[in-house]
Amino acid sequence: MSLDLNFMVGGEAGQGIQTVGFILGKTMVRGGLHVFADQDYESRIRGGHNFFRARVSEGQVGAQKEQLDILIAMNEETVELHRNEVKENGLIIGDKSVLKLKSGDSRFLELPMESLAMQTTGNKIVSNSVAVGATFGLLDYDFQILDNVLRWHFSKSSPKIQEDNVNAARAGFEYAKMHRPSGFNLKCSPVGIGRRMFLTGHEAVSLGAIAAGCQFLAAYPMTPTTPVLELLAEKGRSYDIAVIQAEDEISAINMVVGAAFAGVRAMTATSGSGFALMVEGIGLAGITETPAVIVLGQRPGPAVGLPTRTEQGELLMAIRVGTGEFPRAVLAPATVEDAFFMTVKAFNLAEQYQIPVIILTDTHLANSYNDVDKFDLRKVKIDRGELLSTEEVGRITDYRRHLVTRSGVSPRAIPGMSTTLVITDSDEHDEYGHLTESAVIRTEQVKKRLKKYDGLKSEIENPRYQTRPDAELTLIGWGSTFGAIREAALELEKAGVACNVLHLNQVWPFPVAEVVGALNHKGKKVVIESNATGQLAYLIQAETGQKIDYQINKWDGRPISPQYILNALKKGVI
Amino acid sequence: MAGIESRTDITFQNFASSVEIAWCPGCGNFGILRAIKRALVELQIAPHQVFFVSGIGQAGKTPHYLKCNLLNELHGRTLPAATAARIVNPGLTVIAEGGDGDGYGEGGNHFISVMVRNVKITYLVHNNQVYGLTKGQASPTSQKGFITKTTPQGAWEPLNPLALAIATNASFVARSYSADTEHLTKMIKMAIQHRGFALVDILQPCVTYNHVNTYQFYQSRVYKLDEDRNYDPTDRIGAFRKSLEWGDKIPIGLFYKVERPVFEDYVPVYPGEPLVKRPISAERIQQLLEEYI
Repeated sequence: MSLDLNFMVGGEAGQGIQTVGFILGKTMVRGGLHVFADQDYESRIRGGHNFFRARVSEGQVGAQKEQLDILIAMNEETVELHRNEVKENGLIIGDKSVLKLKSGDSRFLELPMESLAMQTTGNKIVSNSVAVGATFGLLDYDFQILDNVLRWHFSKSSPKIQEDNVNAARAGFEYAKMHRPSGFNLKCSPVGIGRRMFLTGHEAVSLGAIAAGCQFLAAYPMTPTTPVLELLAEKGRSYDIAVIQAEDEISAINMVVGAAFAGVRAMTATSGSGFALMVEGIGLAGITETPAVIVLGQRPGPAVGLPTRTEQGELLMAIRVGTGEFPRAVLAPATVEDAFFMTVKAFNLAEQYQIPVIILTDTHLANSYNDVDKFDLRKVKIDRGELLSTEEVGRITDYRRHLVTRSGVSPRAIPGMSTTLVITDSDEHDEYGHLTESAVIRTEQVKKRLKKYDGLKSEIENPRYQTRPDAELTLIGWGSTFGAIREAALELEKAGVACNVLHLNQVWPFPVAEVVGALNHKGKKVVIESNATGQLAYLIQAETGQKIDYQINKWDGRPISPQYILNALKKGVI
Repeated sequence: MAGIESRTDITFQNFASSVEIAWCPGCGNFGILRAIKRALVELQIAPHQVFFVSGIGQAGKTPHYLKCNLLNELHGRTLPAATAARIVNPGLTVIAEGGDGDGYGEGGNHFISVMVRNVKITYLVHNNQVYGLTKGQASPTSQKGFITKTTPQGAWEPLNPLALAIATNASFVARSYSADTEHLTKMIKMAIQHRGFALVDILQPCVTYNHVNTYQFYQSRVYKLDEDRNYDPTDRIGAFRKSLEWGDKIPIGLFYKVERPVFEDYVPVYPGEPLVKRPISAERIQQLLEEYI
């Protein structure tokens, strides 16, 4: 049987759970293995219960598993909450304190984390590295890779900190090898030298923005998009990006419009409630035909909802955002790789069509790590659309920012780059950008803006699906659920069910023809979403007239797993 | 702006617009429009070098009636867009313009934040103490007891924008009067030349909806601070005290001025070539991608 190793690190906020998990995952990826890791935390800085869960495999994985092989428990509560997820031949690792709960359970390994750390380094702070080392000792993994990863991770710390972490890890590694419980047989070896990137969805969005030539980011901190603001604030200094923490989301979106109108690529990032504050500003981008990129990282609403958890509750809000009617595109990346390339695409579409483009993610994609091939920058094409150079502007004697054209897109000049004046208005305006009350001009300008949909529709790539006329079942989804849906489909296929997947990562303009084509069979159509009402199911029925037979919904704020889908199908469909 | 030479002198003719003016006859806005043009001509700033961001209300229409680059923004949102434009293209003279409802009401949070930041923006507020465009409701600066359809019992306490500005340590705080073109021109010029955020609150009679704060009202009350040799606009406490003066005598002029670092200089990528002129490419992030391997 091929490797499918699942581990979890759990504990309180402030105990370094994320770092332990990340180093475990990274060390696996450096050994040529594939890792998918998700995180679960509460809206607090200290205390509570957090976990980092990783799945290690020889093939690419895109979803978590519910059963665990190894549980690294930093506190008692972790054992209480998760011991039932640990397989019979699995293992719970923890210091003495967590073993109070052992009571005849053979799945425990007592790991004297603190005392091993103190003995080897005299430094209690590195006890987490003892746990990391012990995990790899149990698995009989190559310690050298962990050694390298620890030195790399702590490269900005002092040499002593690096050394202490490595020594603590080694102590844990040796200890676990010697004290390996007899019932625990799992092993895991590197399969080569891993040269893949290991990063989260929102790290990929941030890198995509830098690659696309974003030069301005304004945002107000809001989970789960704060890491985008933080990462660009740090990296932007080296890549010509002005990053501003705005006083509120209304300011952020208006700054983006100001920066983009003044000529640079600009972006903001927020979550549902912040997005709600941006609604009017997105309309401003619509009527002034100013390119704007907005990352909407969904979390459960309404209002503040469950701040640190995941949901797909804003699909319809995103595609319908704004007062009045104007074109927009909504991209919903399904994977870390999508997150990078679709961010690049968002910047291109925004400038080619001079519209707001929304990158619709969620907490699950935002915070989940996956390994990917290094992004191929040859595939990144920067297309600024009909942006006029100073020479081109010079040849125009009667410049009109909102000139009516066949495509609906007007040549765009930048203020101050020539003697040509660039004028626009949040009021309805004439071709020059001056406000108007004319019924004729109003009719013409609305039509002109909506005309952009003709071109925009052709830019939307096909959803992921196979042509399977024999499909008994089509599992349908969008955004971050792709990994779970794909895996559930593979499991069904193994069980003899002819199963198709239709997964959308570009949701607006809606790919009507492709969805109709993919659903053109007699099999059952099941839409799977992390929300309560089935927003994609609604959209498919509204846009295509295709009937949806069954919906699987989950709105508890936790991500959908392949097992969840299979269980739900067994109850109602198959 | 750098790189584009102005060979001929800038005159009023350069700012003549053919757009039909939609203000009431006698509106205080006419005086403001005249003073803006005069300030730009006297400073020899060409239309293409100016970037106006205006709000919604009668004041927000002003830049349409001259020649300039213009983003006529949403209600209350001039200052965020002006901030961004200034950062990506410091070659532009950035002027934000709107009314009291737009800037002190709808845009209040931005007003406070931009003053704290001290971005180099000139902010002209047409303060007529009433909503004109929506036909005469109370505004944040309406005088106490001012009766309108939305405040039949009379308006409640007014906001004092100058006191607020001085409290945030805004680096240039001035007030002028729309009927005194000479004085207003001088204030606008000083504001444009100031390195930092510059507020010019402009007392502006609304001939249609404000029958309290009329030309007659102001004519007998306003007096110029710069004629008082003892007034020191660098004294913040004194300026605050002066900003509270409103009654039989209403001071106009430069209330407060302080030299302090501008926000632009704090933005790490700001120095050097304007962002808008820098080339963009994906290739240069190769090294950054390596950090994730």
